[in-house]
Amino acid sequence: MVAAGRTVSDAAVALRGLRFGWPGAAQACVDIADFTLAAGERLFLHGPSGSGKTTLLSLIGGVLRADAGSLRVLGTDLVALSGPRRDRFRADHIGFIFQQFNLIPYLSAADNIALPCRFSPLRAQRAGDIGAAVARLAGHLDLPVDLLARPAAELSVGQQQRVAAARALIGAPALVVADEPTSALDAARQDAFLDLLLGECAAAGASLLFVSHDLRLAGRFDRCVALSNINATTEATA
Amino acid sequence: MRLPLWHLTLASIRNRGLATVLTLVAIALSVTLLLGVERLRNDARSSFANTLSGTDLIVGARSGAVQLLLYSVFHIGDATHDVSWSRIDALRSHKDVAWLVPVSLGDSHRGFRVVGTTADFFAHVQTGDRQPLRFAAGQAFDGVFDAVVGAEVAASLGYAPGAKIVLSHGAGEFAAAEHGDKPFTVTGVLARTGTPVDRSVLVGLAAIEAIHLDWQGGSRIPGVEIPAQFVGKFDLSPKRVTAALIGLERRSTVFRVQREINTSDGEPLLAILPGVTLDELWRVVGVVERVLLAVSAFVVAVGLAGLVATLVSSLSARRRELAILRALGAGPGDVFVLLMTESVLLAVAGCALGVMLLWALSAGIAPWLMAEHGVQLVARFVDQSELVWLAGVIAAALLASVIPAWRAYRYSLADGMTVRM
Ligand SMILES: Nc1ncnc2c1ncn2[C@@H]1O[C@H](COP(=O)(O)OP(=O)(O)OP(=O)(O)O)[C@@H](O)[C@H]1O
Ligand SMILES: [Mg+2]
Repeated sequence: MVAAGRTVSDAAVALRGLRFGWPGAAQACVDIADFTLAAGERLFLHGPSGSGKTTLLSLIGGVLRADAGSLRVLGTDLVALSGPRRDRFRADHIGFIFQQFNLIPYLSAADNIALPCRFSPLRAQRAGDIGAAVARLAGHLDLPVDLLARPAAELSVGQQQRVAAARALIGAPALVVADEPTSALDAARQDAFLDLLLGECAAAGASLLFVSHDLRLAGRFDRCVALSNINATTEATA
Repeated sequence: MRLPLWHLTLASIRNRGLATVLTLVAIALSVTLLLGVERLRNDARSSFANTLSGTDLIVGARSGAVQLLLYSVFHIGDATHDVSWSRIDALRSHKDVAWLVPVSLGDSHRGFRVVGTTADFFAHVQTGDRQPLRFAAGQAFDGVFDAVVGAEVAASLGYAPGAKIVLSHGAGEFAAAEHGDKPFTVTGVLARTGTPVDRSVLVGLAAIEAIHLDWQGGSRIPGVEIPAQFVGKFDLSPKRVTAALIGLERRSTVFRVQREINTSDGEPLLAILPGVTLDELWRVVGVVERVLLAVSAFVVAVGLAGLVATLVSSLSARRRELAILRALGAGPGDVFVLLMTESVLLAVAGCALGVMLLWALSAGIAPWLMAEHGVQLVARFVDQSELVWLAGVIAAALLASVIPAWRAYRYSLADGMTVRM
């Protein structure tokens, strides 16, 4: 449904006149006239706390449905898709990394990494031998093998973030979305983590939408965008 | 797509170990209680209905049907009047009567009722599913001062054939005066039946006459004392008995014979069909059982409320877990199914545990129940009616778990991808 009609020139994400307001809120939270993330592009999106970054990612992931406008992700119009098909689309094509609390605490690190394959047969198929894929990604992300069998709750925050990155990358999704994945790490670990993440995305040819309020990281990306520049709402507290 | 949910459910249940185990135990215990009460109810009813089988009519002096049944079969209360032996003889020779077993009550032995009867008692009285009486040891009485004791009498007083026993006049607390001058010898011990026979001391009708030779109206005749060795010189043929059990040649004549006895002239008699009156009596006693059943149904409701409470309270802690699953592609429907699966799994496991617990319990206490109360409890897994109960419990769990599942569904729709603490 998606991959078939997609060409290389298709943007990873393309928004036109997208509007969304939380139920009960006086104002729209997201109101973006025009925004594009090119295929293979690694973009840094920043904005202050409460400016709607996570909300925007929820829209792109199809967890939330826009009130108005058009939202094309990897060539597919998400606004037109039904709820279950948006869920399927997200499982198949988008890898997510959160700020923290990324992992299911009672599953092992390896199970956490393999989780997207359980929800998406397409990603399971692209990953091939899932055990091998997990081991390969863990190796690339500097995760010792003996760590993989441990429950996620027993890992350090830095290790958890790398497990989360591996989980976002398994089965080669075309778009990786990271919601402040480094804010729980110290500066040295932030750099190391970014190296790994950027390298893996480049190797997999995935587009990366990296959201943060920490502008120091911006220099390592292809492009840097301030949410306040594209979002028309005035709610953000700068 | 459904398979991972199972895996997640199991892992998640394991993760919340203690709360889960407690919920499981609560459900299991309530299922055990529900099935146990239901089982006891059924077993009690059937063992009650089978207190006396193979007997077509019970005849006694005219009183209430339930009263006649109570004193003649259950040895509860006393007869207000006797039946003269001439009437008994006449009934015995009635053309439709196959056999007649007279019973004479009124004495006791250390709290157990003494039943004066004939050796026919052992041939014709049946209990349970038409099981004849069996001797666990020894044989029927023969001489005047022979006695046969029921299983419980033998067990609680430690009697075996050869034991010497002394009967008392009257029953219960008033059995003060003893027939100490005329001891009896136990000749036989009956096998357990789970009926009042177990609590009886059976002697011949002649024995009843013999021990009362020097008695009149409930007390010893002053100055008169007839030693046991001389009783043979007296007329020991019965004058009056308390009641009689009758078996007919053909069951089909039972209502006619009953009417005949009930409407006969002279001494007013009452004939009852034991099965019908037992049913009547059960309707009175059975109320208690139905109340018990209602109570255990409430216990099940409490167990299920515990299940819902556990799930709901774990939900706030699992909100971020649900958000992560949503981000990985789980739909709100998947989240709903996840929660439902969990509670159904817990309910099914609780039911299985409850059934096993019941089985172990009933296997464990069955010998004790039989020995102490004569209630036959067969350790068995589940029968069809119990499966219906179990299905009901699981259906109720399914229904109850809609609440937490619906809440989880709402959360996962409302939270977006905000991973909430
Ligand atoms: N589930 C929700 N229900 C209602 N309102 C919400 C919800 N999630 C976020 N909001 C509101 O939407 C606005 C944007 O929140 P959002 O989480 O997108 O900000 P953010 O830019 O990601 O902030 P931060 O940098 O702190 O993560 C806030 O005003 C917030 O109150
Ligand atoms: Mg945020």
